[in-house]
Amino acid sequence: MSESNNTVTVETVKKIARLSRLHVEEDRLTHLADEMNGILAWIEQLGEVDVEGVEPMTSAVEMPAPMRADVITDGGVRDKVLANAPKTEAGYFVVPRSVE
Amino acid sequence: MTDLTALTLEAALAGLKARDFSSVEITKAHIDACMEGADLNAFITTDFDNALEAAKASDAKLAKGEGGALEGAPIGIKDLFCTENVKTTAGSKILGAFKPPYESTVTANMKADGMVMLGKLNLDEFAMGSSNETSAFGSVVNPWKPNGENDVELVPGGSSGGSAAVVAANMCLAATATDTGGSIRQPASFTGTVGIKPTYGRCSRWGIVAFASSLDQAGPITRTVKDSAIMLQSMAGYDPKDSTSINKDLPDFSAACERSIKGLRIGIPKEYTMDGMPGEIDDLWQQGIAWLKDAGAQIVPVSLPHTKYALPAYYIVAPAECSSNLARYDGMRYGVRVDGEDLNDTYELTRAAGFGKEVRRRIMIGTYVLSAGYYDAYYLQAQKVRTRIAEDFTNAWETCDALLTPTAPSAAFPIGRPVNDPVTMYLNDIFTVTANLAGLPGISVPAALDKDGLPLGLQIIGRALDEETVFAAGAALEKAAGFTAKPKKWWV
Repeated sequence: MSESNNTVTVETVKKIARLSRLHVEEDRLTHLADEMNGILAWIEQLGEVDVEGVEPMTSAVEMPAPMRADVITDGGVRDKVLANAPKTEAGYFVVPRSVE
Repeated sequence: MTDLTALTLEAALAGLKARDFSSVEITKAHIDACMEGADLNAFITTDFDNALEAAKASDAKLAKGEGGALEGAPIGIKDLFCTENVKTTAGSKILGAFKPPYESTVTANMKADGMVMLGKLNLDEFAMGSSNETSAFGSVVNPWKPNGENDVELVPGGSSGGSAAVVAANMCLAATATDTGGSIRQPASFTGTVGIKPTYGRCSRWGIVAFASSLDQAGPITRTVKDSAIMLQSMAGYDPKDSTSINKDLPDFSAACERSIKGLRIGIPKEYTMDGMPGEIDDLWQQGIAWLKDAGAQIVPVSLPHTKYALPAYYIVAPAECSSNLARYDGMRYGVRVDGEDLNDTYELTRAAGFGKEVRRRIMIGTYVLSAGYYDAYYLQAQKVRTRIAEDFTNAWETCDALLTPTAPSAAFPIGRPVNDPVTMYLNDIFTVTANLAGLPGISVPAALDKDGLPLGLQIIGRALDEETVFAAGAALEKAAGFTAKPKKWWV
């Protein structure tokens, strides 16, 4: 692998936390960067493996993706779908405003 | 009267069928045992009232000479399986009081076969852990204690710690579990129980809370190899609702347990050892080799050269899949919501409050290895190494039919043991994770007690779809080991 061992900075942690939609307190950033660097340093050893011409393994079962007829097989259960929602109104999910 | 909680699942089913005792009787006996064992913290949710109703219904069927393969047997379900109208938490706070409006295929199969469900069992949060300490509902306590150290509380292993604990402590006849990197086999090893992870695709993943979809697989934890065969027969089977479900008839797993292993070629992979591993584990492995040889197997040395890369590859693939699977917990459609200043703030606060430390760590690592600029270096490289690991096994199958290895590099360790860095905890799965990466079946069978009186397991790994050989060799190990030790009931 081309990356060196300390690629994760406080700025990287902020960016990754943002992408992960995880709130991280400022005073945790350095610790998290160290922790991630530790794990990634251990993972670096994968770079030793000769993978020339090797196909990536994307599935643990050797079979083509099954197809089915494009027909409706389930549904019409609105109340069940809404039953666990933190907020609902008149048969809808209620979510925070996302367009200003 | 015999202690109904001490029966094997096989014996209990025979007794129920013969009407030696009723399902209500054996269910009540187990409910009492569960209440006595409350200090083990093995359940997140109990469902005793419904269990008694189900037991009555089973008795009605049994009285008519009817009933399925698990009719009337009280069983525990890992709280990762969605169960209709029964709270399902995945060991996390983020799901709140989530009550699934549907039933997982595995538990639906078992209910159709007459299972009596006692409740939902504790686990590491989203099955991410090897000690059950990451559960938002507290650690499960291992029923086993080190000799003479009654004050020490040990972990039951993880992530299926509750499942392993209730089976070891005779609180359930058997339990369901899941295994993404060793979460069935390592806790089985830590508690003196049997656990099998079948071939990827044998059990439907539909309705099981997802962690890493290309690795997750359900299986049972039981007290005997035969009991695991009975459970798996009910749990497994083709399901069109899971696109990775294998559409093949199931072999007769129980019959496979009776098979002779004469002439079977057992491979011994020289790479399955670790620095600092107790000598006893190596000795037990040698003992296992001798047992299988005595039973007529042929022992073949094999090499799986990429073994040391399995865990690092796993810690890219699994967090990557975890980060995308767990994106669904956004506080909008189910679970807990923490209101913030705007939508993104709400997402971030909800997820930071709902997920525990280990889950957040894995989401972050997964997001990092999938992010622009790192995808090829980490994720793609790991997928290629995964191919190499699978090839190692394919090559081994040219000279052997199954592999014998230790299950875990240690016995159960104390709850709260200081762990300096996450990688130390990850090493628990060093001997089990390869079978997940390659999609192969693996069983852990209790083989001996160590010098502290704690159980240790041995593992058999087989070819894809060849659980029969795994059961046959597992049963041979079980017979030779004659492991009958039980933990002292200090919790009563």
